[in-house]
This record gives sequence, structure tokens and C-alpha cells, in this order.
Amino acid sequence: MAEAVKLCRVRVISAYPITPQTTIVEKLSEMCAGGELDGKFIKVESEHSAMAAVVGSASAGVRSFTATSSQGLLLMHEVLHWAAGARLPIVMANVNRAVGAGWNIWADQTDSFSQRDTGWIQFYCESNQEVLDSVIMSYRLAEKLSLPVMLTYDAFFLSHTSEIVEIPEQEKVDAFLPAWQPSVKIDIDDPRMFGGIVGPEYYYEGRYVMHIDSLKALDLYPKICSRYRDVFGRSYDIVEEYRCEDAENIVVTLGTITSVARITVDRLRERGESVGLMKVRMFRPVPVERWRAVLARAVRVIVIDRDLIAGAGGVLSMEVKAVLGGFKDDIMVFSAIAGLGGRDVTPQDVEGIVEYARLRDVADETPIFWGLKQ
Amino acid sequence: MQRKFDISRDIMTKEDLVQPGMLSCQGCGASLAMKLALKGLGRRTVVVIPACCWSIIIGVYPYSCLNVPAVHVPFESAAVVASGIRAAYEISGLEDVVVMAWAGDGGTFDIGFQALSGAAERNDDILYVCYDNEAYMNTGIQRSSATPMGAWTTTTPAGSLKEEPKKDLEKIMLAHSIPYIATGSVAFPDDLVRKFEKTRTIKGTKFIHLLSPCPPGWRIDSSESIKVTRMATEAKIFPIYEIVEGRYKINIYPGRDLTVNDYLFSQGRFSKMDESTVEAVQKSADKKWAELVGFSCEGG
Repeated sequence: MAEAVKLCRVRVISAYPITPQTTIVEKLSEMCAGGELDGKFIKVESEHSAMAAVVGSASAGVRSFTATSSQGLLLMHEVLHWAAGARLPIVMANVNRAVGAGWNIWADQTDSFSQRDTGWIQFYCESNQEVLDSVIMSYRLAEKLSLPVMLTYDAFFLSHTSEIVEIPEQEKVDAFLPAWQPSVKIDIDDPRMFGGIVGPEYYYEGRYVMHIDSLKALDLYPKICSRYRDVFGRSYDIVEEYRCEDAENIVVTLGTITSVARITVDRLRERGESVGLMKVRMFRPVPVERWRAVLARAVRVIVIDRDLIAGAGGVLSMEVKAVLGGFKDDIMVFSAIAGLGGRDVTPQDVEGIVEYARLRDVADETPIFWGLKQ
Repeated sequence: MQRKFDISRDIMTKEDLVQPGMLSCQGCGASLAMKLALKGLGRRTVVVIPACCWSIIIGVYPYSCLNVPAVHVPFESAAVVASGIRAAYEISGLEDVVVMAWAGDGGTFDIGFQALSGAAERNDDILYVCYDNEAYMNTGIQRSSATPMGAWTTTTPAGSLKEEPKKDLEKIMLAHSIPYIATGSVAFPDDLVRKFEKTRTIKGTKFIHLLSPCPPGWRIDSSESIKVTRMATEAKIFPIYEIVEGRYKINIYPGRDLTVNDYLFSQGRFSKMDESTVEAVQKSADKKWAELVGFSCEGG
């Protein structure tokens, strides 16, 4: 993450330490102190202030970054809305961690899912290489659309795991991601008012434009990905399909559970079972058409959520149901809850979930609480 | 006798960066304070405004009454947004721009205090101004921790007037070891403008606390606002002083000695105050003044 921030020539960083994000903050502090990164690191007294500081620096037209996790992200909530409404292309890393109470520092998607309505574009990453590549592509996307991007990846499974990562050359990144030239910024020679009071006669239109611009990510991001592939050789997209072509059963995952699910799909395919995998990368804006295109062919869709909203269920499953509702109501959507608070999800678990669904001709109304201790 | 509103020719001729059309109430101290502050700071200033009366005063989209850039930000974030802008300017080599956070007492004493304390502890190169009208006036006169003891507000109604004394913010800011702390008042415009001019040459966090009259909130006639504000200093309830690198200096020695009675009962908000509270306020004002005189002497 820190290497990616350096490659993107970020000028202002502001962050507050929280496990398991601290490794990013420490590395960036070193880079700024040693001059390796020509940026200013504002060591604030809270995450709320971290987000507010980058709201300030981005308003002044300077590329800005912050990182957080869990409770820290929740503390930022008010300013997250503000950053999006102010149309600031901030990129933030959020290490997905469970939220309290019970105090739990391990992987869980509840933190970033609970910020899905803030107007931020959201991506979920599966590997450290994907994290690095996504930072570079995210600045490109954010600055084109004047909207902030939140990149998330799982606590410890990724944040504290060493993987070999190919680091692109600086010159290539510079060519791919030129310096940000904002169309509007705080300019001492052109006094304007930013973020001020807007009455009922204009507010609606402002929100509408923001919505439309967010949807533009659906067309723009694949183009950015294809350019990225041309320059750096690695290929990404809004969603990733794996062995879905003729699959009657499609598992839907995001984050690190995806790697486990991919292995499981291979195993099940070897046994002749008709199973595929859809990995969600972009979660906001909702890729309605892309999800429909992948899932339309399935008989059963099995969504695995590493989150549980009391009184509602798994967030990803609700989103998938909303996308399929009225489009293809005969697809059975199964919701499985697994791996909360960092509990391990093994290939056997995914296989068990798939087998449970595969043997049914009607989807359960309630989630499959996989691995729940009685 | 009402005193003449003294203002030097020098100030009158400085560029006015506040345009006509601001949306303040009549007799508003905050609007006058901004006019004077920008006369001291000049054009190369960015103003950061959290939720406060100035959120409204500045004008409704697409209008602004300021001839300098202004950014409106969440209630509790003025200081740190200013820090963020400052950092962006430093890294871009724009050293001569003043970044001023301009917040009310609620946004400073209460909800914005954490961010202010953070910025001051880091000694970020910003100017932080609290225009203090001693309650949440924009939302309809609710008590803040800057509301004085014995004051009526809509959340300290008759029968439960505010019992606690006002927070001593200057001392708290002093504890952050920042280079410049000052109080000021729209009733003393020369002193106020001079202080803003002075901050331009000081590196680090500058904190200015302005007493800012609010006719609807203080229950005074709008024509009385400067007179009443001047009495706050004359009664030694709001002394005008500065603390430069930890050294105190009293800037205004009152030309006449008033009791706190004269100040308090010029305003409707104190009209229900009982005698024992008046006594307590007098004691506290005397004590604070004696302390200030003492600190000033030590400081030379």
C-alpha cells in the first residue's frame, strides 16, 4: 500500500493509527521523513481529523491519501459524506476489520459496508498485488470523476501477510497517472466559496449530478483497467468471472474468501459439478448490468457474506437480490454468513455451503449461518 | 454617555474584503469582526468556516460576500481542515497565504476543541479565530461551554440559568505552548486589526479569541451591541490581552472602572440573575484581572 502511495506521488497524507492499518502509517511516515516520498504527513489526533485534513488538502488541489480500519472508518462517517459531496478525489485504504462491541480486530466487511451510502466508490481486493495496482487505477478513476475511492482489503489475511508483489516502474506510473489538474480548487487569485449553504432550489441537482458521475465509473473503470493491462500486464475489471460460462451454481464473494472459493470451484468442477465464481471488485457504484450478465445464466446464486447486519442479514446478498429482483426472479439466491470477526473460512466450508444450496430447489428465506456454534 | 466608536483613519482606508449583502442580523459582532480581521490580513487569505453563524452570513449558493476564498466544513473540523490546506500550500511552495479557521464558540470551546487541540499541539501554521457570542446562536441560543455563569439561554431557561463559569480557553491554549494567543473585541477595532496584522509574521499556531455581541441572543437592542461589548472589557469580564511566546501583555486598560453589575444588567440575558451569582461573577472578574496584571508584570 505504502509503495503504491509513493508511486502515485501523493503530496499530503493524514492518518491516525489503528490495528491492522498501522503498518501503512509507519511505512509512509518513514518514506516522508526520509524524503523518499515528497509529501507532507499530518499526524492527526483522530480519524475524524484525518479525513478532514485530506478534505482540506484535496480542496487545495493536492493529491491526498489516508488509511484506516473499522472503528476509525466509522468515526470518519460524517466527513466521508462531506468528501464525496465536495467532489474530492481522495483515495483511502480501509483494512476490513470487525466493529465493536465485542472488540475484535480481525477480518469482517461490516465496517466498509456500513459506509456504502456515503457516495464513495468502493473496491474490494483479494491480494496484495491487487491492492497495489488498485491504488494506481483508483487515483486515475477518482480524479477523472471528482469522486473519492475507498479500497478495502481484509485484516491480517492480507494486511499482515507477506506476498511477493511486482512494483511497477515510476516512469510508467507517471505516464499512466499524470499530475492531478483539478478544474476547481481553492485559488487565492480566484476567490470562491466551497461547501456553503445550498437551498432547496439547487441541492437536488447537485446530488443528481453526483449520482450520474458515480455511475460513469461503470464505463470508465474497464477502460482504465485495459490501459493498465497494456502498460503493466495485469488485468482487472469491475467483476471477475471464474468458470461461470455454463455454471448452474454461482458463488459470489469478495475479499480473501474469493481465493478460497476459487480453489473450491476447481475441486467441485473436477468432480463434475456445475459451479462457478463471481468475484465482486467494484461494490459502489452498483454494477447492475455486469452482475446481471454474469448471474443471469445461473439456477442458484450463493452469496457468501463476511458480515451480518442484525435484523437484516448479509449486505452483499441483499445487494445481489436487489440487482436480480424484477430482472430474473426465478434465480434462487442463497445467502450464507461465514467468517465473521476473522473466523477462518476453509475450502471445506465453501464446499459445504455450495453443497447445501445445490441440493435445494427453493432458496431459504433466512441466511445459512455456516459454522455457527450452538 | 455613550462613547464614540473610535476607529482610526488607517483602518478605514484598508481594503474591505467583505462585500455588501451579508446575511447577518443587525448589530452582529461576527460580521464586523470578519470585516476588521480581513483588513488586518489582506487578500492572500483562505477562510475555513465550520457550522456557525458565518455559515449563513457568508451568503447562500451561488453567492458569497467574501472577496477571499472560503471553505465551509463540518462543525468540528475547522482547525484540521485549515491544517490540511496549509500542508497542501507548503508542499506547493505557497508560503505567503494565511489559512484562517473562523469558528464560533460552539465550534471552538465544544465540538471543535479536539481538532483545535490537535492542530495546536502540532503547532500547525494556521490562524484560528473564535468569534465568541457565548452560546449556540445560529441554532437559536442554546448554552455552550463559553456561556457565562448566570446567563439565560433556551437550554438554561429561567429557573435553571447556567451555573458553571465560562471555560478559560486562553489558559488551555497556553498549555499547548503555541507562539501567539490574543483576545480581542469589536469594540476595540484598532487593537483587533493590529493583532491580525501581527499574526501574518508569526509561524505556528495563532489563536485569537474575539468577544462578539449577538443582539438577539444577549437580549440587547442592536444599536447597543458595541457599547455593551465595550463594557465587558471595562468591567474586566473580558480583558483584552495577548500572550506572545508565553509572555502576557494587557493591551487595553479600561478608561473607566465599571462593576460587573453595569455590564450584566445592560443585557436581558442576565436579568434573572440573583445577587449571589452577581457577587460570584464580580469575584471571578477581580481575581482574573489581578492574575492578568500579575502575569503581565512578570512578563515585562
